[in-house]
Amino acid sequence: MALLELRSISKTFNHDPALDHVNLDIEEGTILCLLGPSGCGKTTLLRIIAGLEKADAGDVYFDNRDMAAIEPHRRNFGMMFQEFALFPHLNVMGNITFGLKMQNKSRAETLKRTREMLLLVGLEEYALRGVSELSGGERQRVALARTLAPRPKLVLLDEPFGSLDRALRERLLLEVRNILKRLGVTTVFVTHDQAEAYAVADIIAVMDKGRIEQTDTPENLYAHPANETVARFLGFHNLMEGLILPDKTISTDLGVLHHIDHNCTQGTEVTVLIRPDGAKIRDGSQPVEDRETIVNGIVKDCLFKGRNYHLEFQVSTGQVLVFELSNESRPSPDGSSLELILSPSAVVIMPHTKLLNRTIHD
Amino acid sequence: MKTIKTRYSMIIAGVPLVFLAVFYFYPLIRIFNLSLISDGTWNLEGFGKLVSTPYYVRTLWFTTWQAAVSTVLTLIIALPGAYVFARYRFSGKNILQSFTAIPFVLPSVVVAAAFHALLGPRGILNTWLMNDFAFATPPIKLDHTIWFILMAHVFYNYTVVLRIVGSAWSRLQPSLTEAAHMLGASPWKTFRKITFPLLFPSISAASLLVFIFCFSSFGVILILGGPRYATIEVEIYRQAVHIFNLPMAAALSLIQICFTFVFMWVYTTLQRRASITLYPESRSATQKKPVGRRQKIIVWANILVMVIMLGSPLIALVIQSFRAPDGFSLVFYRAIFANRAQSIFYVPPVEAIAYSVGFAFAALVLSLIIGGCAATFIARGGKRITSILDPVFMLPLATSAVTLGFGYIIALDRPPLNLRTSMILIPLAHTLVAYPFVVRSILPALRSIPENLRESAAMLGASPFQAWMKVVMPIVRRSIVVGAVFAFTVSIGEFGATVFVARPQTPTMPLAIYRFLGQPGIMNYGQAMAMSTLLMLVTAAGFLFLERIRITSGGEF
Repeated sequence: MALLELRSISKTFNHDPALDHVNLDIEEGTILCLLGPSGCGKTTLLRIIAGLEKADAGDVYFDNRDMAAIEPHRRNFGMMFQEFALFPHLNVMGNITFGLKMQNKSRAETLKRTREMLLLVGLEEYALRGVSELSGGERQRVALARTLAPRPKLVLLDEPFGSLDRALRERLLLEVRNILKRLGVTTVFVTHDQAEAYAVADIIAVMDKGRIEQTDTPENLYAHPANETVARFLGFHNLMEGLILPDKTISTDLGVLHHIDHNCTQGTEVTVLIRPDGAKIRDGSQPVEDRETIVNGIVKDCLFKGRNYHLEFQVSTGQVLVFELSNESRPSPDGSSLELILSPSAVVIMPHTKLLNRTIHD
Repeated sequence: MKTIKTRYSMIIAGVPLVFLAVFYFYPLIRIFNLSLISDGTWNLEGFGKLVSTPYYVRTLWFTTWQAAVSTVLTLIIALPGAYVFARYRFSGKNILQSFTAIPFVLPSVVVAAAFHALLGPRGILNTWLMNDFAFATPPIKLDHTIWFILMAHVFYNYTVVLRIVGSAWSRLQPSLTEAAHMLGASPWKTFRKITFPLLFPSISAASLLVFIFCFSSFGVILILGGPRYATIEVEIYRQAVHIFNLPMAAALSLIQICFTFVFMWVYTTLQRRASITLYPESRSATQKKPVGRRQKIIVWANILVMVIMLGSPLIALVIQSFRAPDGFSLVFYRAIFANRAQSIFYVPPVEAIAYSVGFAFAALVLSLIIGGCAATFIARGGKRITSILDPVFMLPLATSAVTLGFGYIIALDRPPLNLRTSMILIPLAHTLVAYPFVVRSILPALRSIPENLRESAAMLGASPFQAWMKVVMPIVRRSIVVGAVFAFTVSIGEFGATVFVARPQTPTMPLAIYRFLGQPGIMNYGQAMAMSTLLMLVTAAGFLFLERIRITSGGEF
């Protein structure tokens, strides 16, 4: 039995459905990430779990108990807010002890736990600082310590890295994951940033328009987006329609593509994704291995990005595909023609959806 | 749970609304009735008489032109000061800035008394001239002249212009004027073509505010102007209290109400537009130390004007309160605290102090309750309802104290609510004048508390009540203190409404000063000085306390 179960949660705001029959199970000790664009309903779902928002329909079960009648302050969940919501009239210590005081813990116990928390987030020296004297990263750590201090049974994080600058965010991602894992606390965290989700989560639930589109491990999600919506949200652009041939290869506008997915039926129409990391430049008459595909096209644009080249590549159908090429060999100049070799592992088949003729910039 | 919440917010909104309905709108409606309706029919006789009698037309004309002249004079004297404050840094500037605001917060009777102390027939200057230059009669004859009124108005409103225009000026980029200089504009042309147009919104806002204050000036004109001068406010008082012509007083009140509402409406519209700043600049970037003889002269001349103009009446007041016929002594103070048989009161003056303090505390508590409820409701309520209620709660600010006081005596002296003989009328009137300040000081603090702070508290296990006590209250505590001090200071110096509603046996300090000043004899004069000095100390102390809070909390209020 999962620790937290969401059953058919629905919610509308001014007649706009914000959540549409959402089901989700979260196992004890896992970090689950709700990932989706802004307005997809992820924060609403988090606030419903917290009890700060009431669902129009559906149930929240925690540890097999229906939470409907339990007010937020009696749930013993911890929540970290987007802008951290530190109490401005209390210092670091006062913020961290707040939850412990609400539990009427003894003075000794409160002090002990606070010291543990300060140690955990590496702010031992900061106990008596005012909240306004802290940097963004320090605030985030105080907020985390405050959330964890009362030993919540479930931790909810709402865009916890959203207001931090990029460099700081990358450092803290790892730190936060390590802390949460060390304590083994069950966590639901909300973000719109896939890099954050990949870095922190054990399981990612991708949301769009009030529905959960896919729930999977980060690795699986990246390798096998379940449908076009998920693929597009994860930043994949190379989508095209295809048809499964008798030999399980796919016929597309690009030609016949090989792939490594074996669960497909001959004759079905599919949507095909070519992941940007699955191509390399064919130099001269380099022999092509079995099941690899050669694609011809024109270099539209090529940006050097350090680790790789970002290539915009126009194929004969006119579609522009995007690839990340190894930085070992520089592609030919803009406007010249180029041959790429596609690896079958980069080809993903997904349920067929009618593809709109979108450009890569939409 | 939902019903509890709605009931709770109904109480929160209900308390100030009921208070307003009974103690603001009801008296206003009575004024309206009394001036327009008699014997159940519309009767415009009062108004007819008003516009056909040259005396009343002259009163209206006088009210307007003295306000206009006062405004222009204030601008002329204060604009250079605003420039100096905006552009220069000098030591003691903060203290000077606080000090310049003291006249503005002083009760009008204290200002009147201070001008008497400096320039009145018994004033310090006349005494000195008579003693040392052997004048037979006081050579400075300002008492009961328009000059006395104008000087007091400038004294009063100097800081309004200084603060409003000064702060706008300090946010103007110096590079703008420098660019004009580089394009060949002379300093005067630069001022006319660049600085003045950019400052125009704030100058007009400040002017209008000064005009409104002078237009509804009461205490200063009543005491310094003597029987020859009357603004509408003074005339309302005379008609109601001396001549007992209530319909005429009501008609005048209605005119006054209409004027102040229109002025306040124009002012708020103007202010909304003035709040658009072109190039916000940090103050440190726009202010420099005066260099060279010219700049030093400009700065020091202005400082000197401020200190002499604003300081001398106050210093004279303190000196006069100690100067008995036979040298400096505490005789006037002792007289206040002694019960003299020939006192002009039914009660000894010390009781006026006791009443004042008592009323001020009552008004403080009432203002906190009503202002606190109003602010809580506005901060939490939906946009549409608060956009209507917020201005409604502020209405008493746009209504002169005299009209309120007059409304009280004609509305609350009969069933269903007969409070004429009750002392409670005084703190009630003071509350009406004071609670908008409480709303304005608490509301920003309440609004600054984001919803997620309360939610954080809930997630950490705090019940709604605990969250309110442990999170909301500590954050707004400081602004509650500010509101309380405001209410206390406003109440203890209130004159316009009190003069109507206070009974002879329950005088307040401003009333006592007014009566002392109106009586002949050195003892009465001296006691007026002593009592004014005490009142000045209380209000100035309250104000300086607020300034300190404002500065230490980074200008949050």
